[in-house]
Amino acid sequence: MNALPSLAVAAETEPVIRLDAIERSFGQVKALRGISLGLRPGRALALVGESGCGKTTCARIIARMDQPTSGKLTFRGRDATAAGTAGEERAYRRAVQMVFQDPFASLNPVFTVHHHLARPLALHGHAKGKAALAGGVAELLAGVGLDPEVTAHKFPHELSGGQRQRVNIARALAVQPDVLVADEPTSMLDVSIRLGILELLARIKREKNLALLYITHDIATAAHVAEEIIVMFAGQMVEWGATTAVIADPRHPYTQLLLSAVPDPDRPFVPGDSARFLKHAEEVRRISRPASAEVEQVAQDHFVRALGAAS
Amino acid sequence: MNKPLLQVRDLCVDYLTDKGAFRAVKNVSFDIGRGELFGLAGESGCGKSTIAYAITRLAKAPAWVAGGEILLDGQDLLRLNEASLQKVRWRRIGMVFQSAMNSLNPLMRVEAQFHDVLHRHNGASRERSRARAEAMFRLVGIPGSRLGDYPHQFSGGMRQRIVIAICLALEPELIIMDEPTTALDVVVQREILEQVIDLQRNLGFSVLFITHDLHLMAQLCHRIGVMLKGELVEVGDVRQVSRAPLHEYTRKLWGAIPQLPARAREALA
Ligand SMILES: Nc1ncnc2c1ncn2[C@@H]1O[C@H](COP(=O)(O)OP(=O)(O)OP(=O)(O)O)[C@@H](O)[C@H]1O
Ligand SMILES: Nc1ncnc2c1ncn2[C@@H]1O[C@H](COP(=O)(O)OP(=O)(O)OP(=O)(O)O)[C@@H](O)[C@H]1O
Ligand SMILES: [Mg+2]
Ligand SMILES: [Mg+2]
Repeated sequence: MNALPSLAVAAETEPVIRLDAIERSFGQVKALRGISLGLRPGRALALVGESGCGKTTCARIIARMDQPTSGKLTFRGRDATAAGTAGEERAYRRAVQMVFQDPFASLNPVFTVHHHLARPLALHGHAKGKAALAGGVAELLAGVGLDPEVTAHKFPHELSGGQRQRVNIARALAVQPDVLVADEPTSMLDVSIRLGILELLARIKREKNLALLYITHDIATAAHVAEEIIVMFAGQMVEWGATTAVIADPRHPYTQLLLSAVPDPDRPFVPGDSARFLKHAEEVRRISRPASAEVEQVAQDHFVRALGAAS
Repeated sequence: MNKPLLQVRDLCVDYLTDKGAFRAVKNVSFDIGRGELFGLAGESGCGKSTIAYAITRLAKAPAWVAGGEILLDGQDLLRLNEASLQKVRWRRIGMVFQSAMNSLNPLMRVEAQFHDVLHRHNGASRERSRARAEAMFRLVGIPGSRLGDYPHQFSGGMRQRIVIAICLALEPELIIMDEPTTALDVVVQREILEQVIDLQRNLGFSVLFITHDLHLMAQLCHRIGVMLKGELVEVGDVRQVSRAPLHEYTRKLWGAIPQLPARAREALA
């Protein structure tokens, strides 16, 4: 079968989390088809792809908030597809944290920011006593570029969209997880703040050996954070490998389209452009859909799924 | 240019907190012309959404408009009573909130939500709203066969697109879009925004487009305003703000994540 991203590249370390041939269907909708990947300590894997292609579904399966229709989830070498004992569940949740895509739906409206961050710190024994907790909370907030003085006592509804996103990131980090699954965690943040957060994640990755799955629609950000990348289309992995290799030499028509559509301030949308672009995108979708099972190895760290016979 | 559609004058908005009033928007003034696409940019927490809420007069409980005027066609929205406001909201001013992904009714099928809004504001029959919903779904790239689904059955970006579709279906004169494409990949983002521009050219509505992404804004808008800590520090034509930003802060916002190799970007241009 095809090589797993992150397993394809020199196997220095075993993945903490591994997905093998994951399928997930919701009635008629095949949300995931044959997803295989590995998350390894100290490495970041970026997941990019079309809206609705299955990224969040994949993240939810890793966070065990959803079950695959078939396929296997492995955690530290053990099958974790089905629910385990209470102790195993606790260990899993302590090890694997998720930053949710919608910052407006993922904070509890009745608790302050302090509570959201202090609870996991206390629960997992990372800080004891009032002063230590306040210190820990302040450190987490400063890490994501928020002023602890101003922010800690606020309730979620008193925060802007980008501020909520950052509290969400801080909350996941408070657990000090081994694996972080971040679903579009910085989509509302401007470049300078985003870079600050990417640097924070890079540092934790390096120093604490965090394994990171970073879901983003921004391919420049993907290139910045992740050593490896998977491009998804309609529930399938269509191109994957070392991020630099994939971005420098995109082979799949969908990857090429994605790279060509990155906003370019020097090229305003012009009349007529729309029709041309839409037609092109439609054509790419048409040829991308009937993908085959065949995978071509383009370079040592670069794989692309062959297009099926266009019907 | 003839008289602007929207005039914001010396707008001040406070949030009342237990530590006293916090001024989130300070003496902000700008105009949006008929058929103009106006962009509002600025760092997270600078007051962009607060302005959007003030214009729709949907400001949340502790928010308080402490001063200024918001004129729609010369009429001060801040002085309207609730009944007149109901007529303005959605029919004349449509809004896609930053929390769009989370703003659909979880207990109602999407088709019913289209009907609810279209019936209330245009008196549309079931058949007419169904047809309209199908057309709008096509426009935002979601198969019409999924109209009967509930919100949680859609992906984040799909929910965002559904809210855009409902807003566009009402054909308001001014559309406020607050970070409307944060959950969309760049391809779908571009498809939707080009559709919005096409519609805008045909229908002539105005747009207030809020985003942190100046690069995207420059591709889309005619004029741009840049905010910093509650103040509007620069307003100007897209060209001027992008080529020759007056404010140091604006220059900072123009920064980008170290760019992709040129070759990739040119691949399909
Ligand atoms: N609970 C559910 N019931 C039915 N269909 C679902 C459910 N969750 C997801 N889907 C469908 O599965 C597909 C993949 O959704 P998913 O949320 O994983 O996409 P995504 O890649 O995260 O998209 P986005 O970038 O827009 O957030 C979509 O067609 C979606 O409608
Ligand atoms: N209900 C509230 N009570 C107190 N302060 C608030 C409230 N809502 C917002 N604020 C504060 O007002 C400021 C402006 O918030 P606003 O939501 O307008 O920012 P924004 O520019 O939209 O940011 P973002 O890009 O992150 O969405 C922020 O500092 C925020 O913390
Ligand atoms: Mg998603
Ligand atoms: Mg906002």
